[in-house]
Amino acid sequence: MRTWNEISYEIQRVISNTPIAPGAYILKFKKNSTFIAGQALALGISEDIEPRYYSIASGENDDEISILYTEKPDGKFTRILSLLKPGDNLMVSKPFGKFTQLSPFPVFIAAGTGIAPFMSMLLSGKAKGAVVIHGASYPDYFYYSEILLNTLGENYIRCCSRCQPGSFYVGRVTDYIKQWSGLNINRPYYLCGSTEMVVETRDILISRGVPISSINSEIYF
Amino acid sequence: MVSLYGKTLSELKSIVDAEGLPSFTANQIADWMYHHHAESIDEMTNLSKKNREILAAKYIVGLTKPERVSESADGTKKYLFLVGSNRYIEAAYIPESDRATLCVSSQSGCKMGCLFCMTARQGFQGNLAAGEILNQLRSIPEFTRVTNIVYMGMGEPFDNLENVMKSLEILTSKWGMGWSARRITVSTIGLIPAIKQYIVQTSCHLAISLHTPFDEERRMLMPIQNVYPIADVIAELKKYRFSDHRRLSFEYIMFDGLNDTPRHVKELVRLLNGLTCRINLIRFHPIPNSPLHTSPDERIFQFRDLLTAKGIFTTIRASRGQDIQAACGLLSTKALQEKGRK
Ligand SMILES: Cc1cc2nc3c(=O)[nH]c(=O)nc-3n(C[C@H](O)[C@H](O)[C@H](O)COP(=O)(O)OP(=O)(O)OC[C@H]3O[C@@H](n4cnc5c(N)ncnc54)[C@H](O)[C@@H]3O)c2cc1C
Ligand code: SF4
Repeated sequence: MRTWNEISYEIQRVISNTPIAPGAYILKFKKNSTFIAGQALALGISEDIEPRYYSIASGENDDEISILYTEKPDGKFTRILSLLKPGDNLMVSKPFGKFTQLSPFPVFIAAGTGIAPFMSMLLSGKAKGAVVIHGASYPDYFYYSEILLNTLGENYIRCCSRCQPGSFYVGRVTDYIKQWSGLNINRPYYLCGSTEMVVETRDILISRGVPISSINSEIYF
Repeated sequence: MVSLYGKTLSELKSIVDAEGLPSFTANQIADWMYHHHAESIDEMTNLSKKNREILAAKYIVGLTKPERVSESADGTKKYLFLVGSNRYIEAAYIPESDRATLCVSSQSGCKMGCLFCMTARQGFQGNLAAGEILNQLRSIPEFTRVTNIVYMGMGEPFDNLENVMKSLEILTSKWGMGWSARRITVSTIGLIPAIKQYIVQTSCHLAISLHTPFDEERRMLMPIQNVYPIADVIAELKKYRFSDHRRLSFEYIMFDGLNDTPRHVKELVRLLNGLTCRINLIRFHPIPNSPLHTSPDERIFQFRDLLTAKGIFTTIRASRGQDIQAACGLLSTKALQEKGRK
C-alpha cells in the first residue's frame, strides 16, 4: 500500500462509471476488502489532488463496490472522476468510519447522494422496518427509487423541492419533517447529506421531541 | 485586484517573476508587509516607482478593517469582518494581565455540524485565504499588543489546511512576522490526515476538541466521530512527542448531565493515558434553542479536581465576553440575518 496525504491506498481498475441522471453517476470497482454497511472510503486519481471521501452504496455481500456521486460544477475531483472509463486506474483507500451502528426500526433521512450509506444498509439486509425519507430537487435525483419503492412501499417518502404535485411530497425534507404526522420520538433517526440539511433536520427533530441520543448523523463535508 | 497580504515568500517570488521584476523584490515586499506593516504598495519606497506602478496595476496589499466591534465589560472585544461581498467572520481579542490572545476564524461558516455550535447553523460559506486569516490580526487596533493566537474561531482549521499552513508559515518565518510557534495554537475536531501533516510540518501547539471520551456521546455532539473516532485520533497522537515546547491540549465543554460525571473522568484518564497533555474545561455559552446547558460551576470545579488528582493538568477557561454574544458564530449570524433583511 502507498500513501497520499497520509492515507494508504491501492490501485483499482474502474469496472463501470455510469451516468444515472444529469451530473450523477454510479462508479463500480472490485471489492478487495470487507466493509460494514455505512462505511466510506477515500478515492483519488492523482497524488496531486487531495483524497475525497465517498460512502459505499453497495451491499456488504456484493462482489463490487458501488459509489454514488454527483459532479460538482467547480469540483476539483468529481469533474475528473466523471471522465473515468472502464479499465482506468483509481486510488482506493480501505473502508473506514463508524456510521454503521444501527438500532431496530430506523428512520433514514437523506438528501441527494446522502442516500448511499442507507442503500448499503438496506442491500445488506440490516435495516428491517426502516422508513426512508429522501430529498431531491428533481425526480431524476431519487436514486435507487425503483428498489426502494419495491422494498419499502409506503415507508419510502420522496420530498421533491422542484416537482409538480404527484407521487412526491412537494417541498424540502426539512419542510416534510416539520409537519410529519408519522414522526415517532421513540425511533432512532439517521441523517446523511450536506451540513445544512443535517443541521436543520436535527434541530427540527429535537424541537419535535426526539432525544439527541436518538439522532446519528453523517455529514458530507 | 489581487491581494498581496497573505502571500508566502515563494508566492511573492512567482508574482514578481511573472511581472518581470527582480526576484529580490519579493523579499522587499514581504519585508514591507510583514515587518513594516505597509498598507499600500506606494509605501514600499525601496521599490522603484516604475516597479511599484507595475505591481499596483494588478495588486493591492488588501487589508480590510473590521465592520463592527462589540466590547465587553471585561475588555474582550469581538470583531466582525466582511469577507467577499456577503460573508462574515469573527475574531475575538481577549486581554489578560500578562498576555493578550486573539482567536481567529479559518472559514466562514463550517461544514462540521457540531450540535453545540452556532457557526454550524450557518452551514459552510467558504474557506478563508491565508491573507483573510492574517488580516484578523493585522487590521485590529490592538495588533501590536497581541501575544498569542489561537485558531479556534469560526470553521475547522484543518478543513482549510492549505491556507492555514500558509498563514502559519507567514506568522513564524523570519521573512514573515517572526512569531514563535509557541505562541500559536491550532484547534481541531480531529481530522486525522491533516493532524499528521500539521504535526510534521509545524511546531505550533495543537488543541483537540474532545468534549466526551465516549463514542456514543461524541457522535451525538459531533458528527465527525463517525468519520474519525476520537479513539483513533488519540492513537495517532500517541505516535508523537508533546511537551511544554509543543503543547497538546484537549478542549472539553462541560454540558450539564451529559459529560460531567466521575464516569467521564475515569474514561478520560484511561483514554489519555501515556500522553503528555492538559485538559481545558470550558463553560458552555448558550445558543438559541439548544437542548444543551452548561454544567454548574460546582460540578466543573469537582471535575477539574478529579482529573488533577489523577495527574492530568486541568484548567478551567475563564468565561469572557458573556455580555457580547460570547458563543462563536452568534455575531456573524446576526449580521447575516440583518443583511438578508435588507
Ligand atoms: C464521510 C463522507 C462521505 C461522502 N460520501 C459522498 C458520496 O457518497 N457521494 C458524493 O457525491 N459525495 C460524498 N461526499 C462528498 C465528497 O467527499 C466530495 O466533497 C464531493 O464529491 C465534492 O468533491 P469535488 O472535489 O468535486 O469538489 P470540491 O472541489 O472539493 O468542491 C467544489 C466546490 O464546492 C464547495 N464545497 C465543498 N464542500 C462543500 C460543502 N460541504 N458545502 C458547501 N460547499 C462545499 C467548495 O468550496 C468548492 O467551491 C462525502 C464526504 C464525506 C466526508
Ligand atoms: S465547533 Fe468548530 S468544527 Fe464544530 S461546527 Fe463549530 S466551528 Fe465547526
